[in-house]
Amino acid sequence: MIGFLLGRAAALGATLALASVLIFICLDIAPGDPAAYMMGLNADPAAIAALRAELGLDAPPLQRYIDWIAGLARGDFGVSYTYRVPVADLLWERAQVSAPLAAMAFLLSAAAAFAAALFVVARRGTIAARVTLAGAQAAIAAPNFWLALLLALTFSAGLGWFSAGGFPGWSAGAGPALHALILPAVALAAPQAAILMRVLRASLMEALNEDYVRTARAKGASPWRALTRHALPNALLPALSIMGLQASFLIAGAVVIETVFYLPGLGRLAMQAIAQRDLIVVRGVVMALVFASVVIAFIVDFLYALADPRLRRPRAS
Amino acid sequence: MPARPPRPSALAATRRGVLAAGAAPLLAQCAGAAVVETGTLTLGLGLEPPTLDPTLGAAAATDEVVYANVFEGLTRMRETGAIEPALARAWETSRDGRTYTFRLHPGVRFHDGAPCEAADVVFSLDRARAEGSTNAQTALFAPIDAVEALDPLTVRVRLSRPAGDFLSVLAWGDAAIVSRRSAATNATDPIGTGPFRFDHWARGAMIALKRNETYWGPPAQLDAARFVFVPDAAAAYAALLAGDVDGFPDFPAPELLQLVQRDGRFRIAIGASQGETILAMNNARAPFTDLRVRRALSHAIDRTAVIRAATFGYGQPIGAHMAPTDPAYVDLTGAYPYDPARARALLAEAGFPNGFAARLTLPPTGYARRGGEVIAAQLAAIGVAVRIDNMEWAQWLDQTFANADYDLTVVSHTEPNDIGIYARDDYYFRYRSDAFNAAMRTAEAATAPQDRIAALQEAQRILSRDAVNVFLFQFPKLGVWRKDVRGVWRDAPIPANDLTAAARAPA
Repeated sequence: MIGFLLGRAAALGATLALASVLIFICLDIAPGDPAAYMMGLNADPAAIAALRAELGLDAPPLQRYIDWIAGLARGDFGVSYTYRVPVADLLWERAQVSAPLAAMAFLLSAAAAFAAALFVVARRGTIAARVTLAGAQAAIAAPNFWLALLLALTFSAGLGWFSAGGFPGWSAGAGPALHALILPAVALAAPQAAILMRVLRASLMEALNEDYVRTARAKGASPWRALTRHALPNALLPALSIMGLQASFLIAGAVVIETVFYLPGLGRLAMQAIAQRDLIVVRGVVMALVFASVVIAFIVDFLYALADPRLRRPRAS
Repeated sequence: MPARPPRPSALAATRRGVLAAGAAPLLAQCAGAAVVETGTLTLGLGLEPPTLDPTLGAAAATDEVVYANVFEGLTRMRETGAIEPALARAWETSRDGRTYTFRLHPGVRFHDGAPCEAADVVFSLDRARAEGSTNAQTALFAPIDAVEALDPLTVRVRLSRPAGDFLSVLAWGDAAIVSRRSAATNATDPIGTGPFRFDHWARGAMIALKRNETYWGPPAQLDAARFVFVPDAAAAYAALLAGDVDGFPDFPAPELLQLVQRDGRFRIAIGASQGETILAMNNARAPFTDLRVRRALSHAIDRTAVIRAATFGYGQPIGAHMAPTDPAYVDLTGAYPYDPARARALLAEAGFPNGFAARLTLPPTGYARRGGEVIAAQLAAIGVAVRIDNMEWAQWLDQTFANADYDLTVVSHTEPNDIGIYARDDYYFRYRSDAFNAAMRTAEAATAPQDRIAALQEAQRILSRDAVNVFLFQFPKLGVWRKDVRGVWRDAPIPANDLTAAARAPA
């Protein structure tokens, strides 16, 4: 287990180092000057040059890369070109929206998917099961911004149960903050739940045809018990890897939902920073997201090992 | 728009619902919801300001929050574009137009309690025009030769040459009077002299201002103002219907205005902005070096169709680079009527009987992308094969604007009174005209308003005659407000949401 952890830590370090080089080069090549963006169409070239110097943009690329990495090593993400506040503060503020949103969406997605998958398998062939499957198909097909708008227009503009967007901040209390995240979390979770449900259903159906399930039934286990105690544990592995991928997506890929519900999350910060060429913020966000993804991948591997004892002995087979 | 939104009748949110869900978190902290209902105005903006220092950078979003609310200059602009006294209660101009003596209001204090006096004016103007200043409008301050404090309430500004628009330049947010003690931190914690003081900023979400109880002038009527950032057009519509915002000074979804209009809770106020929207041509690159080609393109564009596509029919056609609301405006929209046959003839005369190929770079704004499609189709009709190249802003600024590596582009120039950009030889139009430059010099040197107007009108005629660009339309300002919102600007002579007179008054 220690070797496993050490190997993973090394992989984490290597991934982060590689990502830092890639993101730096990509952003440096991309056309566009943050200073010119900030100074607008009427600006004097001398004023743009002055701003470039003030932001430290006139140093050679290698120097800027080294400065950035040295800062990161000290936990200093630098200062945003446009906002003029430390990038670490921005990341921390935005993570307070993105992380709870992702967590809520993840829990919603998993709960809905497991419940629906068990339901359609246990009641396979019934009209209710077919309707559930068709609903899942629709949830996969519907673009999530469309679903988000539909939710906003129905539950906010129409019924007035929620605000149409925005985030009051945790200082306003956990209740209002969580309330503001419900619709976005539902919009974010629905397609993910549908995908997960289909994967889980397929592997459950497969497991039901296995001998051990038939044996369990022959020993007198009820169909429900055979499904939950015998088929489900064996059907978990494919679902776990999907959930791992989805967890990363929910953190990094929420940008569309954040835009529709105008939530101040990490995704919108990244988009805004890219548009304004606030490169130091883009780099900070990307590094944070890479870190989160690698950690999630690590957790998934760990859970795999828990779910399937065979994977704990890599060289055994 | 992916979905057809439900009809407004199905969406009538009850006031109770709005209070319970919409603004719950902030309201909950206040004593009574009814008080807040009348005393707070929540405005939706499309873009978040990068900083709150109007003297740094060119972001219009900064002025849209702080202009006249938090920061004030010596003079200020009214909704009509008129220049009025602000921190300067009066001024005298010397006969040669080169010396201005400003008398300041006594008893003005910055929000941190420090007095605002002549020394602060000297500091602010010197800072804006200093070598290495990061003020985006340093060029406008170039005529200033010296600024000196004669006594704590009197400032004298000497110009190296007469500048007819000097008082209006002083009204820009870029000329705001700031305090020496707080200038460095205004970007994140603005300290001005205005009727509102900065309260807090939840980055990415909203900025809150509250009334300055010790304001030197007539106090603001609102207790507080909140600017909420809604980046998406459809989200703006939902936010409006849900009651999350009380209005949008510039509603981002012109296609939905009719739906909003049918909902009885809102008032629509369509005004003019200072944005001249143009199809810019690279005057230094063949074949646009040829006047006949530029005139051909001017004849080839049907402005009405472009306006219908770009802004869903809102916006007034223009014939030169000047807002129709400006006193110096001349109507030149008839100079190049839509006439594809005439356009083809001009092209043939210029040696392009079969047309030519050109590249149209488009920034990411909706009006440019939608208008660009129609322009490309109209140019194809006269044989100009247009390839559209969509860009994001930073890329457009770099390639099209800074390096003039383009044939054609569509953009709205939002700075007020910016006809002077045509006198800059290295500006991205690459237009050079001694006659135009002379007209602009006359306008700048004019001290009598009528002389200045005459020169500016001559300048517009030269631009039209030279067909420098295809002048399309004045960008509309599509205000949408709850019916009880009073005293907000319909027109925008500068990018601003002046809330000094705004109030909530149930009809």
